[in-house]
Amino acid sequence: MTGGQVVTTRWRLGGMLGAVALLFSACSSGATSAVAPSVALTGAPPASAPAPSQAAAPVTIEWWHISTTDPGKAVFQGIADAYTAAHPNVTIHITILENEAFKTKLTTSIQSGQVPDLFQSWGGGIMAAQADAGALKDITADVASWKDTINPGALSIYAYKGKQYGIPWDMGMIGVWYNKALFTKAGISGPPATWDDFLADVTKLKGAGIVPLAIAGKDMWPSMHLWTYLALRSGGSDALTQMVQSGNWNTDACTAAGDQVLKLNALDPYQPGFKGATYDNEAATVGNAKAAMEVMGQWAPSVEAADSSSKKGIGTDLGWFPFPTISGGKGAATDGVGGGNGIAVGKNASPEAIDFLKFFNSVYNANKINSSNIGMSPVVGTEATVTDVNLQAVLAGRSKATFMQLYLDQATSPAMGTAINEATIALFDGASTSAKACQAITTAAASQ
Amino acid sequence: MSATSARPRVGWRLPPKWVTISLFLLPALAVYLLFVLFPVIQAAHYSLYKWNGLQPLTDFIGLRNYVTALNSSTFITAVSNNLLVIVLSLALQIPFSLSLAVLLNRRFRGRSVFRLIFFLPYVLSEAVTGVVFSLLLQPGALVDSGLKGAGLGGLIQDWLGDPNFVMITMFIIVSWKYFGFHMILLLAGLQGIPAEIEEAALIDGAGRWQAFRYVSLPLLGPTLRVSVFLSMIGALQLFDMVWVMTAGGPLNASNTMAIAMFKAGFKNSQMGYGSALAVILFLFGLVVALAYQRFVLRRDVEGALTVFNG
Repeated sequence: MTGGQVVTTRWRLGGMLGAVALLFSACSSGATSAVAPSVALTGAPPASAPAPSQAAAPVTIEWWHISTTDPGKAVFQGIADAYTAAHPNVTIHITILENEAFKTKLTTSIQSGQVPDLFQSWGGGIMAAQADAGALKDITADVASWKDTINPGALSIYAYKGKQYGIPWDMGMIGVWYNKALFTKAGISGPPATWDDFLADVTKLKGAGIVPLAIAGKDMWPSMHLWTYLALRSGGSDALTQMVQSGNWNTDACTAAGDQVLKLNALDPYQPGFKGATYDNEAATVGNAKAAMEVMGQWAPSVEAADSSSKKGIGTDLGWFPFPTISGGKGAATDGVGGGNGIAVGKNASPEAIDFLKFFNSVYNANKINSSNIGMSPVVGTEATVTDVNLQAVLAGRSKATFMQLYLDQATSPAMGTAINEATIALFDGASTSAKACQAITTAAASQ
Repeated sequence: MSATSARPRVGWRLPPKWVTISLFLLPALAVYLLFVLFPVIQAAHYSLYKWNGLQPLTDFIGLRNYVTALNSSTFITAVSNNLLVIVLSLALQIPFSLSLAVLLNRRFRGRSVFRLIFFLPYVLSEAVTGVVFSLLLQPGALVDSGLKGAGLGGLIQDWLGDPNFVMITMFIIVSWKYFGFHMILLLAGLQGIPAEIEEAALIDGAGRWQAFRYVSLPLLGPTLRVSVFLSMIGALQLFDMVWVMTAGGPLNASNTMAIAMFKAGFKNSQMGYGSALAVILFLFGLVVALAYQRFVLRRDVEGALTVFNG
């Protein structure tokens, strides 16, 4: 890792977008100086003795996260402070980045070989690419002693080819968020259990002059999750896993999902202007009680509130139910689509960094994450600290899950994710057919 | 050694001319080579690889990225969107700016206020313009209710959501942002034309239109040609505003070449393919610029540029 190499790799990006090169090299040079200390100390003593010891050599842990706002920011700082108080030889240097800036800066850093010790990760395809590039550390052996404290489904998202490269600290599940008051107004007694009931409820809502469902055509991924559920419920978890792994999406499960979308389209259920809507538009529509439902993850209540005109959302009118089953479908009602946040371990991470991860996911810290509503910890035995009624429902769904599919646009490579998003939004926009959508995804997979 | 020191000093002499020239050129040249030419060559290099931006460059695939691009309906749409904006800009935006310039070249009360107002949109950044217009164009927002209030409810479109309409919306906003710039440019050109010439034409019996068409317009030629050139280059580079408003959607209907490139490289981690798109965009710009300089701007820049073998 000589200086010369850093310079040449830095130039690689420069080639992509001439003028932007300046910006990038500025970014990566910042990273270079910041990461340097921990690189020099990779050979520090193992942290098997967590008690403070004066003899231990100083270690710096470089940690990048994307919680730019409180409470997340403060909670993370608190966890880091607690760890360094108990381990005076350890310094945790936190870099907080905005989501998109983080992605760009991380890519540049990985190219230059200066990988932070710990950084935000969503697992799946992007983490796999980072592992393939040799940027991550295999921590399988390090976590063996404490991995049972974490929900195995959540943990598996941060494993690739049988090796563990990171750990989750938040794991949720996509479901249907609905407005109870609007349901009552439309004469619907309770959440639908089957897809046919769901469609019947859509008709009832429509009849009552209520927009049944909000989606986001510009951002594409919200309706992609709905489609994923339809494929999962029609074909079952094996069929979906098979499609993701083989890249052959010309299957019955895939076309069945498309057919159900077209059935839904026929009821004209989406909010006006949905084709150009962003996710924030979608959340605002539901948060302002202008639409009755959205298919979304555990973060929906907070985003709906933030995007609503009252800043409070629809409060206690909000309810959650698991995605309905399809009669005759092979999928179980307990199969889920989900994902969350985690921390990946960079290739130069010290044993202290991995020890910090263990501390990070201690029951105490996990409870703090739950009670401050920044995530739903996958640490076993911390369910009680999730107090919000709706989040408890999500948590119950997650705990009962017999299968958990990571969000498709994250489970696959970024290019595949885009292809899936684009193929499915074309269905919802009424510009494609089931067969065409499946073929488009298959074609994209073939060119990987 | 001794021979040199023995020679008597003649005193300061100016270094040869080429030394001076290269010394003065060097800093600019170094920056140009480093930040323009070198990245372009690098991009051309990467475009021959299948590369996700993380791993070492090993997967050499020749020109396959270019073949993929030219066979991609998404990219072809992007190219035709760029061309559409160029054509519409030349057909509508520049004539509109010209007529405003002619109007504001007249003497009347409040003239400078109008000049200022029309120039203002150009001062806004593209991102801000994008955010403002995406708010205005929300279904049921200001634009829609304005149209409805004016009894033109039938004209309401899904401005940013309808794949058939989104590029028209985009063009209108681009024009709104840049017509003031072209207007100022043309206004400056008009003020450079001595009033006596038009006066002479009028005295000789030319009508107002004739005086404009056969006297002012030809004299405005150099400015007009620069205006057209800037408009074309701007249309080819269209990115920020579209990215903010639609990110190329819906269904890739508002993709431009720059957006397709950015998506491939930074969203899809297809750095090799993205580089190929960057090279194609670069070639487009280069060909347009060179051809325009060679055939259209030639007489305007005569003597200002070095042209080998005339």
